[in-house]
Amino acid sequence: MANNSTLTPKPAQSTVASQPNRLAKGGQIERSLPLSFEFDGQQLGAFSGDSLASALLANDIKLVARSFKYHRPRGIFSAGSEEPNALMTLGKGKYREPNCKATSVELYEGMAARTQNAWPSIGFDVGALASAFSPFLPAGFYYKTFMWPSAFWERIYEPIIRQAAGLGSASTLPDPDQYDVQHEFCDLLIVGSGPAGLAAAIEAGRAGLRIMLCDEDFAMGGRLSSEKLHIGDQNCAEWANSCLAELASMPNVRICASTAIVGRYDGCTYLGVQKLSGGPLSKAQQTYAEKLWIIVPAQVIMSTGATERSLVFGGNDRPGIMLASAVRTYINRFAVAPGKRAAIFTCCDDGWRTINDLKAAGVEVVAVIDSRETVKNEVLALGANSSAKVMLGATVIGTKGWKGLRQISVSDQQGDVSKFEVDLLAVSGGWNPNIALATHLGGKPIWCEEISSFKMASDDRVENVQIVGAAAGQYSLGAALNGGLKAASLVTGIKAKFVLPKTDDECFGITPLWVLPKSVGKNSKGQKSRGKAFVDLQNDVTNTDIDLAWREGFKNPEHIKRYTTMGMGTDQGRTGTVNGLAQIAEANNEPMGLTGNITGRPPYVPVRLGTIAGLHRGKYFRPTRRTSAHEAATELDAHFVETGEWLRPQWYTKAGETNWLQSVTREAEAVRKSVGVCDVSTLGKIDVQGSDAAEFLNRVYINNMAGVAVNKVRYGVMLREDGFVMDDGTAARFGQNHFVISTTTANAGKIMQHLYYCHQVLWPELDVQMISVTEQWAQYAIAGPNSAKAMKLLVGDYLDLSDEAFGFMACAEFSLDGIPARAFRVSFSGERAYEIAVPAQYGQSIFNQLLSLGKEWDITPYGTDALAVLRIEKGHVSGPELVGQTTAKDLGFGGMMSKKKDFIGRVLAGRAALIEPDRPSLVGVRPVLKDDRFSSGAQFLPVGSSPVADNCLGYISSVAYSPHVGSWIGLGLIAGGSERIGEKVRAYDPVRNKDTLVEIVSPVFIDPKGARLRA
Amino acid sequence: MRINCPYCGNRDVAEFSSMGEEPAKRPDPQQADAQTAFVDYVYLRNNPAGPNKELWYHGQGCRQWLRVNRNTLSHKILGVSLAAGGDQNGK
Amino acid sequence: MKYSLFSLAANTLTKHKNWKPALVDAHPKAKYDAIVIGGGGHGLATAYYLAREFGLTNVAVLEKGAIGLGNVGRNTTIVRSNYLLPQNGVFYQHALSQWETLEKELNYNVMVSQRGVVNLFHSDAQRDAFARRGNAMRLSGADAELLGRDKVQKMMPFLDFDNARFPIMGALLQKTGGTVRHDAVAWGYARAASELGVDIIQNCEVTGFEISNGRATGVQTTRGTILSEKIGISVAGNSSMLAQMGGFRLPIESHLLQAFVTEAVKPLIPNVITFGAGHFYVSQSDKGGLVFGGDLDGYNSYAQRGGIYTLRDVVESGMAIMPMIGRIKLLRSWGGTVDMSMDGSPIIDRAPVEGIFVNAGWCYGGFKATPAAGLSFAHLIARDEPHKIAKAYTLNRFASGHIIDEKGQGAQPNLH
Repeated sequence: MANNSTLTPKPAQSTVASQPNRLAKGGQIERSLPLSFEFDGQQLGAFSGDSLASALLANDIKLVARSFKYHRPRGIFSAGSEEPNALMTLGKGKYREPNCKATSVELYEGMAARTQNAWPSIGFDVGALASAFSPFLPAGFYYKTFMWPSAFWERIYEPIIRQAAGLGSASTLPDPDQYDVQHEFCDLLIVGSGPAGLAAAIEAGRAGLRIMLCDEDFAMGGRLSSEKLHIGDQNCAEWANSCLAELASMPNVRICASTAIVGRYDGCTYLGVQKLSGGPLSKAQQTYAEKLWIIVPAQVIMSTGATERSLVFGGNDRPGIMLASAVRTYINRFAVAPGKRAAIFTCCDDGWRTINDLKAAGVEVVAVIDSRETVKNEVLALGANSSAKVMLGATVIGTKGWKGLRQISVSDQQGDVSKFEVDLLAVSGGWNPNIALATHLGGKPIWCEEISSFKMASDDRVENVQIVGAAAGQYSLGAALNGGLKAASLVTGIKAKFVLPKTDDECFGITPLWVLPKSVGKNSKGQKSRGKAFVDLQNDVTNTDIDLAWREGFKNPEHIKRYTTMGMGTDQGRTGTVNGLAQIAEANNEPMGLTGNITGRPPYVPVRLGTIAGLHRGKYFRPTRRTSAHEAATELDAHFVETGEWLRPQWYTKAGETNWLQSVTREAEAVRKSVGVCDVSTLGKIDVQGSDAAEFLNRVYINNMAGVAVNKVRYGVMLREDGFVMDDGTAARFGQNHFVISTTTANAGKIMQHLYYCHQVLWPELDVQMISVTEQWAQYAIAGPNSAKAMKLLVGDYLDLSDEAFGFMACAEFSLDGIPARAFRVSFSGERAYEIAVPAQYGQSIFNQLLSLGKEWDITPYGTDALAVLRIEKGHVSGPELVGQTTAKDLGFGGMMSKKKDFIGRVLAGRAALIEPDRPSLVGVRPVLKDDRFSSGAQFLPVGSSPVADNCLGYISSVAYSPHVGSWIGLGLIAGGSERIGEKVRAYDPVRNKDTLVEIVSPVFIDPKGARLRA
Repeated sequence: MRINCPYCGNRDVAEFSSMGEEPAKRPDPQQADAQTAFVDYVYLRNNPAGPNKELWYHGQGCRQWLRVNRNTLSHKILGVSLAAGGDQNGK
Repeated sequence: MKYSLFSLAANTLTKHKNWKPALVDAHPKAKYDAIVIGGGGHGLATAYYLAREFGLTNVAVLEKGAIGLGNVGRNTTIVRSNYLLPQNGVFYQHALSQWETLEKELNYNVMVSQRGVVNLFHSDAQRDAFARRGNAMRLSGADAELLGRDKVQKMMPFLDFDNARFPIMGALLQKTGGTVRHDAVAWGYARAASELGVDIIQNCEVTGFEISNGRATGVQTTRGTILSEKIGISVAGNSSMLAQMGGFRLPIESHLLQAFVTEAVKPLIPNVITFGAGHFYVSQSDKGGLVFGGDLDGYNSYAQRGGIYTLRDVVESGMAIMPMIGRIKLLRSWGGTVDMSMDGSPIIDRAPVEGIFVNAGWCYGGFKATPAAGLSFAHLIARDEPHKIAKAYTLNRFASGHIIDEKGQGAQPNLH
């Protein structure tokens, strides 16, 4: 991917001269585009196309990190996302991002990189004292100590451990970046653009398939950019570039560099993460830092390559010790010599290929150390033109150089030790196919002796996946190219047309060297490996840690992993875990692969949480639902409350009001004394039609709905099948076969789902259809003694509102000056009240019209708080009582439960515990001392009893200040219910430091006979 | 996971909600041991590790209830049909 | 072999060559006084308490794979007792008090870190619901404080107080809640149980029950038949499978719960935080990773892997309260199979088959319950009567209606 940093590249002040390890020519870098960057405050130069790691190496910087536990100096170990050491913090302030792998970060102009986990500096790190104490700190030491005194764990030990642990330090400011999300449905997803992936892409692309070709690297081509091999008469990197050029010209191929496929999920769904920009983005750019891809391909080719393994020997972690493949990458792709005098330590043929690349880069190779006693002639030939000392059957047994490698000790076959002064040791322990993605769905890798590693048993053709190239153990260039072509032709269904030129055919023989034997060398001089031998560089896990865990009974690889933390780092142990598994297998005397393998867990590489959240951030975390009259309410200084996703006016502040209680009380009084209007559009509305509509509703409500007359409304309660109350609302019958029912705001979706269930699953034979019309209709309650007058001014010309024609619980459909409208004479407040519903687009104008027509009576808009005051005064239940734990009887609806019909929940509502007489049931509460205030959530306790759960009688569910009563009042559920009326109990509210004496009263505080409803 | 809705086509699982294993037919509320039968119906499940006959609701699509035969070990969908009209095997 | 600073120092001198095994793999005997099926946290704790509290040492724990790799090794390590209903409140408070002394009792540092659990609320109605819960917790013997917005902001200035879709209005705080190093719990119980004589038998899968005259007399396993008059099932998500072998059904569905961890960063989040307007809970491990989780994927599953939808939902929820975490990277995600009961509360009871006992239905709550579940289940197995803290956790409650439905969601497991 081209560098699209925000800052214009500065003039070429940074030259090759200032990059001492930069080779004069070669590489895939853009020498015409110099970049400058900052490393621990030092200004350095590099080129476009560099990774941060290659830029550091070009500037001869080798000490780049301190290890996790012992704070040992560490250098760059790899050239990809498998990097265990070179983790850095990029950016400053709100842009600070910890734990970035220098080996996979594309350098951009102005990058500010800092080392982490070191204090006061990377060169002098006090934390390195831990190394001195390391004998006391074996694997799992913390499980054996820090137990006394027990209060010290949180106060002393844990804070120290926590401060010492952790890698980089994260910003505490909101992430300033924006992230995009995109879905892709393609014919073929190709993961990895090395030889196999490119061959497959060319073949399938020419056949016209819609392809997405991804690579986690910022440059496409995989190992083709890193090796000096030939395809036909082309250098392999050139071949890759020509393929990519052809693919770029195909409209059916999408090429995504910097795009890691991080997860494989059920249903052939893949998660990808694309880095879109390296540096900080300016506001003006309005663009995204990363993109989350959700990909649903028809077919998948996993050409994910392989990762080279480390070797485990004493002192194998010093800066300057690097994977042989990474050495070749830095030389061939980045034109950087990662050292001046080098040795190679290998147990496989592949390591030998590094000799000539080093030599070409002008690096002196002093020794090639191969642990195998015999090596094929054609491999030996790779060292033929070199002055390097070839040592077969030999091993590195120790290293020197605190901040960078200075010397290695090598034991030969006989046990004689020689020393070499080197600053670079290329290690090659063989290759592991990158099968993590393939294992995400639970596929189990098998051990393959031929490559001495794990691979997938077979392609997963069921899920349309083929694994090809090095990922399938097809290590040589020719094999990989062929593998890619073959897979593509299986996808296209036609014979591969692309003719492969002759390619180099490398050797990949291996005799793995998992861990140095206790004693090296055949004679009595038997040498021991000296110094810590790390299996997991990132988590500082050594071979002795694994030994100790094994001795302590942790013999299952999964136990050892958890006990020692092997493989738990940000690299998921990609360069080390197999070595550790081999050590365990050897200890258990089991063949490899029997108990442990290398299944991966998503994500394949770490992913920013911001990228996963994508666009759903801040105010856009979830949708905001506004009613039609939202703007009008805003103009009236409404204070809004979140009701699920809805915003509802909670109260309206009038000039001069200084707190919410004043506003709410004024609104409630206005309804009691004159008239108020409330937006009730958010309540669920479901239109139910059909010849069996009445029968259907009869089965879902506890009361008789079939008996509702046309143009009448009935209050109703629904139970769940387990017998507890699910919801309440009204059913308005507009015709023999037509009802509109209402639900609570919170349960609108749930009830819709429930009704569809009842119809489609339980009683598909009923002739009934239903649909949610919540959003389609705006609805307003007009309540209070003057409501009829206001209502008459609005609809009087179109609807007869006389008590005879439109009495309590009447409803009607009518045309309001050409607008379809519905009116209901229902009341939640206990006052004479109406509700009017119009299509949503007319909602705001009807609301405003009501306010202007009602001026004569000082019509008052009221919010949900006043609504609550009014309903609590009237003893109506609502959300706080409909909590899914109450029965109809608990809430005073026992009498509504029809005995003449079946309905959902009837049978189980009859269970013993649901009909116990002393179940907490609905009552009213008021303070014994008039001015006392209690709160919702207080628990009822008998006076004089101790505050323990056994004494609890129930709780207060709803509380409001009642202007009508002149004190705070509430509803609650108390054992025995109405039998306790007149009793005094404690309202115990310790979390608010309150304990109030209250009297249990009837839940109806106003107009128990209902005269006001009809007034 | 993706479910092939008979109305809407192949859609991401995010559009659906699962009600779990479909219990046997809703008992006759008039039967003698109706309460016991309803307790079994509402609460007891086979909960198999393998193919499972489930009910799903396509709430963000056609709002149809579906019978889905799905393997709880592999998450593979073995069959999908409309609850109103489809058979118990999800065909 | 006692663990202490001194033994660590002493063993340092001998280069740690002399530590005795903490995990001892036993071979099955023909007959035991009691068998516990399942070598997870609950099973191992049950065996330990059988030996320690009830003197039953001829006990076997049968684990089909390796111990401690199910939910005890997959959870988000949170312990708390902030329950609304007294049946749960009293039980979980007992568990919390056991956690407080567990490291001494087991002589194993399970890293009980009482760093406080903060449940954020975002509306008046939610504040009242949390007040009700907090008051109920106080009645059950737990600690609870209701914090206003200012206090929350002082404690956690990094939360989104400016631009949140659901503004933070305050929180319910349980100071004694916190985290425990999950793997260590399994290992600590296993080591302590082994030392008391319990046989922990790995790679021994139960394939059926020996039942004669309606009474269980043993189990068939992949390593032969093992006899016992008392058989406890403690297998979380696999409970229904064992029930099926015993010929009965349970009010349980197995569901998928994902968990997540980020790369390690320096101390950032001081306590356990949960979001009130979405599904998200988070704490920071001692190693530095943010450990978090959220809602179930929502469908029955034994697959131990989740999907993208839930991943996004959980991370969106995390970003909604703490937008600073956007540049912290997700390291790993995994899934566990949880035994979701029909009312969201557990079952510790006799099975319909005599001689078989069931410990199941733990939903999200299994880990934090471990000491109390082990103790109660051991009590039931040893004495054939429920422990006083677990009396309500009967199988019969579904028939009688004495259900324990914290969330009021009814018989729909994926909503609990």
